[in-house]
Amino acid sequence: MINMIWMGMILIGFGFAAVNGNIDAVTKAVFDGAQTGVTVSFGLISILVFWLGMMRIAEDSGLLKKVAVMLGPVVRFLFPDVPKDHPAIGYILSNMSANLFGLGNAATPMGIKAMQELQKLNPDKDTATPAMCTLLALNTASITLIPTTLIAIRLNYESANPAEIVGTTLLATAIATAAAILADRWYRRRTIRRKQPSGIGAGRNPDMKG
Amino acid sequence: MLSWISVISAWSIPIMVAFIPLYAYTRKVPVYESFVEGAKDGFSTAIGIIPHLVGMMVAISVFRSSGALEFFVGWTGPFLQSLGVPGEILPLGLLRPLTGTGSLAYTTELIRAYGPDSMIGRIASTIQGSTDTTLYVLTVYFGAVGIRNGRYALKVGLFSDLVGFIAAIAVCLLVFG
Repeated sequence: MINMIWMGMILIGFGFAAVNGNIDAVTKAVFDGAQTGVTVSFGLISILVFWLGMMRIAEDSGLLKKVAVMLGPVVRFLFPDVPKDHPAIGYILSNMSANLFGLGNAATPMGIKAMQELQKLNPDKDTATPAMCTLLALNTASITLIPTTLIAIRLNYESANPAEIVGTTLLATAIATAAAILADRWYRRRTIRRKQPSGIGAGRNPDMKG
Repeated sequence: MLSWISVISAWSIPIMVAFIPLYAYTRKVPVYESFVEGAKDGFSTAIGIIPHLVGMMVAISVFRSSGALEFFVGWTGPFLQSLGVPGEILPLGLLRPLTGTGSLAYTTELIRAYGPDSMIGRIASTIQGSTDTTLYVLTVYFGAVGIRNGRYALKVGLFSDLVGFIAAIAVCLLVFG
């Protein structure tokens, strides 16, 4: 699906530019986009270096494990296939709480670190595990208690009540997160169910790859 | 409630930065060495994301600057309008999963043009705040560990974006309508 979306955006963009006669825009867009990609990655260096260092201290001191044990039940429900005291749990929790308080630039390094820990449990390094998909679902929906950036912008444009959207945002983000968790669960079950018959009846379907 | 949350937001990072080394020190961890050891991974992780982000940003940039995005927006706007939803909101639904900066710019523009306390301004703020940029999150998180096959993650992300978009509009119409 990601292949289709990626190629689709480029091809549709190419088609539109060709028909509209602004093919030059494509050339410019290619180089601008590439530059944005590098700029964003470089912007990540400072926060990644700092937070990964900080989180290593937390890991070495056993703090991460302690937090994981305390908040274990929630994570065990969401990530049933991650071992109870695996370091990934601590990172997942730090990632979730950073998102909750709108600390985007702390959430990303912790999420990446959680991914790296989950990757250690992954038998097939090219393919995402269900736990990775769940972590991603939680982050794309990213439940937020307080949308700080938006409040700042509204304040800037002289809103009478800049924070009045906190309640609506909280409700909408909760619904989106619930939808993400449900959809993730549904796909996860379906993947597991698919795997079982292909294991038993593998001989009948020689063309099917497990 | 709100002031309580903003106090936590303001204090949580400074407290973590102070508390983590202190706790580790009492557990006899060589805090500075430990920090440097972990921080080493940061650079290579960020560099490893570059190919993924460049690829994705180029595709989004081509799609946007060719006028394709605008076309889809103009085509679907009247449909939403017939449901009693301001048509200006729709581009946000398309932009939000694709580009964080793009959708933030568009939200800011809507707030500037219609006012933060208009229905459009409120809905836009709610949509912008309620989900994260799916394509960016997917690219960065999977890119950092070299996952090529993301399985159903993208579908789940886009589905939750759609639900969040509809929920944001519905909640705003109910609360402020």
